[in-house]
Formats: sequence, C-alpha cells, structure tokens
Amino acid sequence: MWYRSASFILDNRKLRNDAVSYLESQQLSPANTASSITMPTENPDPKISLYYQTRAAHHGVVTTDWLAQAEAAVTCHSDDDPSKNSVGGGEDSEERFNVVDEFKNWRKQPDLAEAVAAIKALASVIRSTQATTMMELEIELKKAADSLKSWDTTSISLTAGCDLFMRYVTRTSALEYEDFNSAKSRLLERAEKFGELSLKARRTIAMLSQDFIFDGCTILVHGSSRVVLEVLRTAAQNRKLFRVFCTEGRPDRTGLWLSNELAKLDIPVKLLIDSAVAYSMDEVDMVFVGADGVVESGGIINMMGTYQTALVAKSMNKPVYVAAESYKFARLYPLDQKDMVPALRPIDFGVPIPSKVEVETSARDYTPPQYLTLLFTDLGVLTPSVVSDELIQLYL
Amino acid sequence: MEPRRVPRTVSDPKVRRVGFFAPPDRSQSGPPDPTSSSPPVSQISPSGNSLSPVMIPPPRNLSSDMSRHFPPAPISPIRGARGASDSSVPVGSYNPSEFISPTATADFSPGRSRKGNSAEFASSLPTGGIGMVTQNNVPASGLTTVSTVRMPKAVTEKERLAMGEVQRDQQAGDLKPLKEKMTKAERRALQEAQRAAKAAAKSEGSKTQAAASGANAVNANPVKAPKVTPSKKDSSSVAASEKRDGDRQPDKDRKKDVPHPRMQFDDENRVEKAKKRSVMKQTEARSRVELFRHLPQYEHGTRLPDLESRFFQLDPIHPAVYKVGVRYLAGDISGGNARCIAMLQAFQESIRDYSTPPEKSLVRDLTTKINGYVSFLIECRPLSISMGNAIRFLKTRINKLALNLSESEAKASILSDIDHFINEKIILADKVIVKHAVTKIRDGDVLLTYGSSSAVEMILLHAHELGKQFRVVIVDSRPKLEGQALLRRLVGQGISCTYTHINAVSYVMHEVTRVLLAASSVLSNGTVYSRVGTASVAMVAHQFRIPVLICCEAYKFHERVQLDSICSNELGDPDAIARVSGRTEINYLDGWTNSDNLQLLNLIYDATPSDYVSMIITDYGMIPPTTATNAEQDAPRCRCPSSRERRQEVRDIDLPPRPATDAEQNAPRRRCPSSRERRQEVRDIDLPPHRDYYDSNRSPSPRTRDYHKQ
Repeated sequence: MWYRSASFILDNRKLRNDAVSYLESQQLSPANTASSITMPTENPDPKISLYYQTRAAHHGVVTTDWLAQAEAAVTCHSDDDPSKNSVGGGEDSEERFNVVDEFKNWRKQPDLAEAVAAIKALASVIRSTQATTMMELEIELKKAADSLKSWDTTSISLTAGCDLFMRYVTRTSALEYEDFNSAKSRLLERAEKFGELSLKARRTIAMLSQDFIFDGCTILVHGSSRVVLEVLRTAAQNRKLFRVFCTEGRPDRTGLWLSNELAKLDIPVKLLIDSAVAYSMDEVDMVFVGADGVVESGGIINMMGTYQTALVAKSMNKPVYVAAESYKFARLYPLDQKDMVPALRPIDFGVPIPSKVEVETSARDYTPPQYLTLLFTDLGVLTPSVVSDELIQLYL
Repeated sequence: MEPRRVPRTVSDPKVRRVGFFAPPDRSQSGPPDPTSSSPPVSQISPSGNSLSPVMIPPPRNLSSDMSRHFPPAPISPIRGARGASDSSVPVGSYNPSEFISPTATADFSPGRSRKGNSAEFASSLPTGGIGMVTQNNVPASGLTTVSTVRMPKAVTEKERLAMGEVQRDQQAGDLKPLKEKMTKAERRALQEAQRAAKAAAKSEGSKTQAAASGANAVNANPVKAPKVTPSKKDSSSVAASEKRDGDRQPDKDRKKDVPHPRMQFDDENRVEKAKKRSVMKQTEARSRVELFRHLPQYEHGTRLPDLESRFFQLDPIHPAVYKVGVRYLAGDISGGNARCIAMLQAFQESIRDYSTPPEKSLVRDLTTKINGYVSFLIECRPLSISMGNAIRFLKTRINKLALNLSESEAKASILSDIDHFINEKIILADKVIVKHAVTKIRDGDVLLTYGSSSAVEMILLHAHELGKQFRVVIVDSRPKLEGQALLRRLVGQGISCTYTHINAVSYVMHEVTRVLLAASSVLSNGTVYSRVGTASVAMVAHQFRIPVLICCEAYKFHERVQLDSICSNELGDPDAIARVSGRTEINYLDGWTNSDNLQLLNLIYDATPSDYVSMIITDYGMIPPTTATNAEQDAPRCRCPSSRERRQEVRDIDLPPRPATDAEQNAPRRRCPSSRERRQEVRDIDLPPHRDYYDSNRSPSPRTRDYHKQ
C-alpha cells in the first residue's frame, strides 16, 4: 500500500491498534450467519426503532442499553422466532404472522437489505397463498404488505420496497391473460429477481463511483452504509490509493464497525469523533454517505449527523456523494427536520441522566438536496433534482 | 439495453440554425420569429420563387389573412408610419395558433415586387377613441420609425379593380394607408394576390352590399364617427371569408400544428392586423410603461359598454360564450379555475346548440367555431395558461373524433370529454391536492397565504375540519384586496386569522412556519407564474428559510420557460392603482392619468423563481419545482422526447421483468451533473433536448449509420 505521508502511516497504525483492540471482543463479521445473533423478536421498547435494533444486531456493535433490552426481550418472549427458519415453508394459518416472521427471518442475513427482505417475505406470501384468483392474491398481498409496513413504520426502505413490489404485482398486465398458477409463478420469478437486485445494485453503485475516487484522496464517511463499504472495497480492489476518515457515529458507533471493516481491507482509516467533522474537513476531498431513504426532493434521510456533515462540506466546497440503491427511493417529501416519522433510538451517555433532562433520541436527520452533490444509484449517477423525476416515473 | 429504446428516426438530423434562415418546409414547426419585423428591403429577393438564403422564415399561416389586406394600393406615394399609433389589438398573450395570423401582410403586385420595392405601411388606422387625425396624409406624431416608400406607378389590373373602392373611400375623406410587409414567402403571396383578385372581381357586386352592411355595423357604435375604413375592412374580410370556405381549408389545417408565437403588442404591423380581425372596438391606453409595451392594455371602462352595445351584432358568438366574455371583462369571474370552468361550460353550451352546416365536416367547422370563441374571449381578457391548456385539450379531442360518428354522438362525446376534464383535472385534482397538503400541516403551525386561492382555501378548511390547530396569516395587497373575501370565509369557519398587507410581510414572516401559495401556472423550469406579489412573499419566506408550498393543479403546468415577469404578463386597469375608492382626499392623481409623464403600471402576474419554492403540490403528488416538467402528463407538447424513454428504462431496471437487467447494470448510465439544468435551458430555445443528440450518439440507428456512410 502506498502511503501518502508519515502521518498517514501513523494514523493508520494508531487506528488499527485502537479499533481492533476496541472491537476485538465484539466484532462480528458480516460473513457470519445470522444464527449467532440473538434478536429481540418483538419490539420490546416502542421508543427504539426496530430498524436500528436490526442494524445494531447486524453491525455487532452492542451498547449496554441494547444488551439490557435484548436480555429482557429474550427472557420475556421465550417463543423464539428462529423456530421457523425455512424460507419457503410458511404454510401457516395466519398470513399476517407469516409475513412478518418471514420478514424477520430474512432480515437476519446481514447482507440482505430490508427492502429485499420484505420482497422475499412477500414472495413467500405468494408461494404459500391459498388464493385462487388474482384478485384474492392481490388483496392478500396488500394486507401482508400493510402489516409489514405497519410493523415498522420507521423504516423507509421497507415501506418503499413493499410499495414497489405491490405496484409491480398490480401493474402486470400479462397476469390477466394467463391462468392463475402460471401467473403466480411469474410473480415468484420476479420476486426472486428483485431479491438478487440488492447485491447487484451495490455492485453497480460501486462500479459507478470508482471514477470519483482518485488516488491520494481522503474520504470522509459518516454512518455505516453497506453500499459505501462496498464502494470503498471495490476502490481498494482496484488499487486506488486513498484514505478514509470515519466518524464515530454515536450512539450506534457505526464508525467503529466501518473502520474495522476497512482496516481489514488494508485501507488507511482514521476515526473521528462526530464533532470533529468540521475540524478535519479541510483535509477531506469528498464526503461519502449512505442513505436510509432518498426522498422526493432529492434529499436524503440518513443517520443523525449527516446533515451537519453535509453543511460543513458544502461550506468548504467539498463534494458530498450519496450511495443508495434505487429501492430506497421513497415518496416522502420532508419540508424540514421535524417533518418525518421520528425514528427513535436509545442513547448511552455512560452516566445516568437526571430525569429532568430531556434527551433528543431521534436517530436520523434530513439532508436537503442543495447540500448534496451527486447520488450514486443503480439507475446511474444522478443529481438530486433527477431523483423526483425517477420517483414519479416509478410510481405513476 | 439499446434495443429497448424507442428507435428514433434520425433521418433528418436536427440542425440548429441560428439567425435568419428560410425554412424549407413551412409546416415544420420551427421557431417562428414573431418579433423581428422587417428585414432590410434590399435583402429580399425580388422574385417570389426563390427564397433568399438570408431571410426571416415566412410566417406559416399567412394565407388566410393575406386576402384581407389585399386591397388597393393607393396611387400616390404614401408615407407609412410605423409606430405611429399605439393602437393595440386584443389578441392575448396566449394564443392558440389558429387565429393568429402572421404579422406581415404582403401586398404585391408582380411588377412591384420585381422592382424590389417593398413598402411598409402602418396604417394610421382610425381606431376610434384615440382621436388621431386620420384625414390627411401626414403620419401621426410620435413615430419612432418612419419608412417612406414610393409606390410604383405600375398597378396591376386587379389592383385597379380594388382601387375603385379605395377611391370611393378616399372621397369620403379618409386615407386608406396600406400596410405591407415584405418578410413573407412571396410566391405564396403572389398566389394569394391572384386569387384575391379573382375573388374580388367575382364578388364585386355582392361586395358593395356587404360593405354597406359592414359600415352600418360599425356605425352603429355611437362613439365613433362614421368612417369608411371599417367598412372596407369588413368588405375585404367578407371576401376573405368567402374564399376561405372554398380553397383555404388545407391551409387552415396546416396552421393547426404550428405553435403560435405570442402576440407582441409593440409590433405595429401585427397589431394593425389583429385589430382588423377583432370583434370589439378597443381603445388602447395612452401612456404605457415602456418595458411593457408588448402587452395589450386598453382603456378600461370603454370596452364593456361597447361590447354590451354590440351584443346583437356579434353574430358568430354564442350567447353563452358572450356572457362569459362579458363577465371576464367585467371582472366577475376571476381565478384560474373559475375562469377555466366557466369557459368550458360555455363551450359545452355552444356545442349543445351546434349543428354542422351542410357540406361541412363537424371536426373542422367546430374547431373554427371554437377558435372564434377563443379569440373573442381573448379580446375580453387574455387567456390564462390553464385556459390555454384546456382549449388545447378540447381541440385535440375534437380532432380525434372518429369520422364515422354521427353528429349527436360526436357532440355527446365532446360534451362528456369536457365534463371529464372539469371533474378530473380540476375538481378531483383539487381534492387530491388538499389531501396531500394537509399532511404538511402540523399542530401549532402558522400558515401564511397570499391573496385568495380556492385551492389554499380548501386546504385550510379541510385541515381545520380535521381538527388541526393552526393559525393563518393572510397577506393581501391592493388593488384587488382578494384576501378579504378569503379572510371572511375562514374566520366564518372559526379559524383564527391574521390579516395584513404585503407591506408587512417581512415583519410577519418570522412567526410563520409554512407559506402556502397558489399558482396561475407552473412553467417547466419550475418558475411559478402567479398573482403579482407572490414572488415577493416567496422571496421573503425563502430568506427566512420558511418552506414555500405551491398548490397547483397539473393542468396548469406549461412547457414554456420564463425567466422574468416581463415577457409575458397581463396589464390590469391602471386606474385601479391610481385611485383609492372612497377616499377622495388622497386622490392626488385625479386628472393626471392622461399626463405624458405619468405611466401607471398595474401588473397582474409575476414570476417566482424556482429557488424560492420548496415544493409544488399537484394532483400527482408533492414534487420539487425542478421536476415540474414531468408532472405535466397531459400537455402533449410538454413532454421532452427523452422522458418517456427514461421512464421505460427506469421501469426496467427497478422492476426486473426481463432478463435484460443484467446488461442494463453492466453498462450503467451516467448522467452528467448539470444535465437537467441544461436540458431545461435547451428546451427553452426550442432545440430538441440534448439527449436527442446524446442518444443518437450512443445508439445510432441503422438509418443514421447509412446516412453517415453516404
């Protein structure tokens, strides 16, 4: 590996020592199967977004709060859901239970995006349906999708994935001309393809973004996006020489996970605390973030802190790149930060907080489009303003 | 991925031509050049058959008008004055192409044109109210340009025929100046001239009669002294209409697909022309602000009585349409939706009463009728963009009628189409907008609105019904004070309101959390064209970082691009701002309105740049202003060629119905950062969006390849 400067090496060494030692006990490689994680089956605490619970599980960064909750959950709900782990075997009585459980099963795979898990769960609804007409199937699907969506209203990609799937099913004109079974199998086929799309989309995005990463550049990453990781990994494989600044990503400590992953790839990486973004921005050549959801204005909803990072980058004229798959495009249009479904998440301050003190527990913020430079999606490299074009095309 | 794209016929590569050129084919819809008036005379090639390479494109539809202006060249040298009279003509800024006629009239005799003399006359046509002296040969004062041309003595026979009339007219003491413009395709002009001559000769007898009746009609107007000009105009137009019935049909059809340039009211020639066609006698306002001379402005107050007095003479105008027109003129109907619905309902009425004349086809005759109505309505008040879209919709529907339909079936289908339009595009659309917008209103919000908009009012009322706790700030402005009506209704419903004038908007803005505004139209660069004052409110809100929500039905979207509010606007009654009713002590401007030094500007609309707009709420959902183009699903010309394609691609990628997905992803498409912005600009200049070029580059169709080989 080529090192740009002595400090580069120093950074690197320090980081490795830090990160590895820090995470040694807790790290969880994404290659591991999901079975090693104990997950709360129900949402034990309505204040915590399920979305973030899953993320925490996937990333293996376990906070004390989370541990406590997980333990509580395991003791409370002895009926463990891994009991049904066969994918296609959902021939159960109640559709509603079936689809949510199915979804949870799928979601345990760390590499599988939520939307894709939802699609797969919905596909299994089709597989196990007892409906005899398309209309019945459609209604059943709709119910299943609604129950999925209402199960976790905070997850944007889950909602978007369900919507896309539903739209796909209801808009297939070919279905009307065929007999029910072949129509069903066609739907299944499509669902499978949609599932493959997830990994493929990441590859596409990684390929697209290669041209933007140049040798010797410094990339600031906020949040722990699997797409961004893929981008960086591909860049490293392409023998690009760059270094990465990871923000810590409190309270999820997503940066720790990401820096750990990057360190494994031999990418020089440096951890920053979240408040050091402005301090180090002058060294940074570009900012890379993922997205929980891409909204209609072209802005993104992402982990808390993205907005301020983008603001700082904008004021220093650094490009802000967003890597997001197209199934994260959601028909939302937040006008400001509070104009969203709040996703809450516990914050571990390490010390007891007096009850009179209010804690902001929102997990994500909205970055308006004017602070973003480009979006790397599997549809291509888009400016923020094209996003709503694409959305209208998708949904109309 | 390539085969999926719609094959593009690139057989005639589009070359963007800059400057003067002669379009080879008149039906091609190139950019008409409405404003450039007359090229230097010398540049016009004398023979009509060959167009000079450097030439302004001939107007597409000059034929039908030509005949009207055909008559008579005065024998003596005449001074034509351009810019002599400000008389304006009631053709609105938003004209469907049919009744616009190209500005230039050509009056040729072969001999003359061969000599290369082109005369440009602006007739100092007596327009009634101006009090301009028209009885001598001296051009009216205040000319900006005067081109003096000596007419050739050689007058062709047909001209002599027509001249008989002229001389009669002149005996009446009126000078009949002749207007002429040489920018036309002369060959066509020649044909027209010959035809007109024939027609004139044929209808010599009947013409005098017609002329007499025409004169009577005009003279019935008590205000005006009897003048011969109108009679002549009428007579010639009678001839014109006679001929039009016969051999002109193809020309008329051709006109339809040509986008029509907007009427510029500072172009004397066109104004004169339009004036001849106008139903109503109108007086133009005296002192107009220089920057806005291209917009029509009339003496308010004179037109309504005039129109009323002429009710029984406006033969071709259906009473329902007449009624609506008068109400437009009187200001009884205002607001985009109300005007549009009133117009459509009047059309429905007239279509109900319509019966196809013998030996005519319903499609064509009805379209002509509608055109007539529309031009009448334009004279009453310039069309709004939404009305233009509705008219376009109606005409498309008429044109698409199956030929084998019986008359009653055809009428029924049109009537139900109009009903659907009103229901779906306006009424239902409003409901959907309300549904969307209400989701953006939270408890504790302070909503600011400007003026009075039906959509905003519905939103506020609905949110109130849902039990949301919010407060409304209504900002209003003189002279219309529409906000008061809204205020009254809202307060009546128990909504707590604050009422203020726009002067205080910067003060009141700090407590506001959302700004809800309506739009007369949303243009394709996201510019919001709305009641004057909206831009200021949006700008202040933007400065305070308060989200600005624009509520606009999708049928009001238009593909035009406008960067300022000067090019296209509407002028209101200047007296309205000069005078405050009920307060005599502050009427400092009494009697000053005629002063040459005083120019009053009462603009009706302004353009809000898309930067100030956070969101546009349409019936298609909430969209950012940058996407306005794609929301206009129905306007046929609005769609850029690429958008459908793109939709296709997107559908394929995201929902992989076909195995092609793989290929699609291996060859990902990249969009250059500024592509969208550029596309928008480009659209403005009428060049096909650059994707055209882009695509043909990437996927040359077989035909293109051949083309290149050759």
